[in-house]
Amino acid sequence: MSAPHEEKRIGRGVFLATVAGGIGSLAFGKSVWSHFSGAVSPIASTLAPFLPKGGWRIYTVTGSIPPFDRSTWRLDVGGLVDHPMTLSYDELRALPRVNQISTFHCVTGWTVKNVHWGGVRLSDLMDRVAPTSYAGAMQFLSAETPYIDYLSLPEARLHDVMLAYEMNGEPLRPEHGAPVRLVIPDMYGYKNVKWLKGINLVHEAGIGYWEALGYDRDAWVGRSNGYT
Amino acid sequence: MTRYLRRFSRTERLIHWVNAIGFFFLLATGLILYLPSLSILVARRQLIQEMHFWCGVGWVSALVLIALLGDRRGLLRTARELDGFDGDDFRWLRRERPAPQGRFNAGQKINASLNAAFMVLFLVSGLLLWFGEQNTRLRFASTVLLHDGLMYAALVLLVGHLYLAVIHPATRHSLRGMTLGTVDERWAREHHSKWAEEQGL
Repeated sequence: MSAPHEEKRIGRGVFLATVAGGIGSLAFGKSVWSHFSGAVSPIASTLAPFLPKGGWRIYTVTGSIPPFDRSTWRLDVGGLVDHPMTLSYDELRALPRVNQISTFHCVTGWTVKNVHWGGVRLSDLMDRVAPTSYAGAMQFLSAETPYIDYLSLPEARLHDVMLAYEMNGEPLRPEHGAPVRLVIPDMYGYKNVKWLKGINLVHEAGIGYWEALGYDRDAWVGRSNGYT
Repeated sequence: MTRYLRRFSRTERLIHWVNAIGFFFLLATGLILYLPSLSILVARRQLIQEMHFWCGVGWVSALVLIALLGDRRGLLRTARELDGFDGDDFRWLRRERPAPQGRFNAGQKINASLNAAFMVLFLVSGLLLWFGEQNTRLRFASTVLLHDGLMYAALVLLVGHLYLAVIHPATRHSLRGMTLGTVDERWAREHHSKWAEEQGL
């Protein structure tokens, strides 16, 4: 027990320990954080109205979310194909439907687990338009110009790649890319193009919107963009 | 007649208010980036992101500049006061009384240390998020979690601080010290008796 006049240097200790703990958390990685978030989940559920809904953050590259009018909306699928298609929303919904549950990873570090998607298998659509032998990649055009991205045909044919028009049992919401978005769970979110308006078969993959800004073209979750 | 004691210098008050205004602006722009409902309402993510970043850089730079150009010696003295905990401070934290306090009570000292640490961490994680967009070596999976976690922690401190400074009857007189710079002598004797004694009361 120290005498009243005897001082201990505690303030700098609190400061340095907090800074060290914070910087250290970058190295401990996500495991500590996820443990921590488990401990605070009762608080989090109380605060739910003020938290990002379901863990999502909404990224747009322009000032507004592209509008969707069911009667005039079209999805053009063309380029190096034998049978180009222009699908209305109802025609898209009439294609064979698939459902899947997959995890969505954003390159900035957040993750949403167990998202229920409903839509069309991309490989199924590909078979319908019949790419020519010269086609090597798919170009995805967003109504949010100039957002654009590409997948090679083997990537586009992965078993869980889809064009999703439903999320968690309801039509895709505007902020998630209504009416339809690309879903490729093995790649980071910036490859999962929202507000799709066109798909072109091209000879080889070009450089997508975020790739032009330094992100990897093959955005494999956990194996790209500096993650190992 | 009420007599007043000077509690905070002009430099200290300027630092406090620049810190407060910067924090609220960062909180507002940060929440637009963080909460989907606000992101949808405001959109223009790129613009908001730039405003948030430059405000953060400006926030820290302004505080450093005030500290350098203002009353440096006074600030160093204040830093030493905030750093040192005596036996009374430990008693105060254990809720044992009497525990006469100096110009800052033990809670205020801890609050100051935490806020200073949060500022450093906000800056580091913010810079990593910004430059991580261009350089993969600066990209860590938990940077965004650290930045968000700091926001929650800082918010908890802020709510407590606002309650004590504006609402709680026993302590809200201290707001005068941070606006006009002076506090009522009687209040000082009651809440910060060691400091009041040093001032010759």
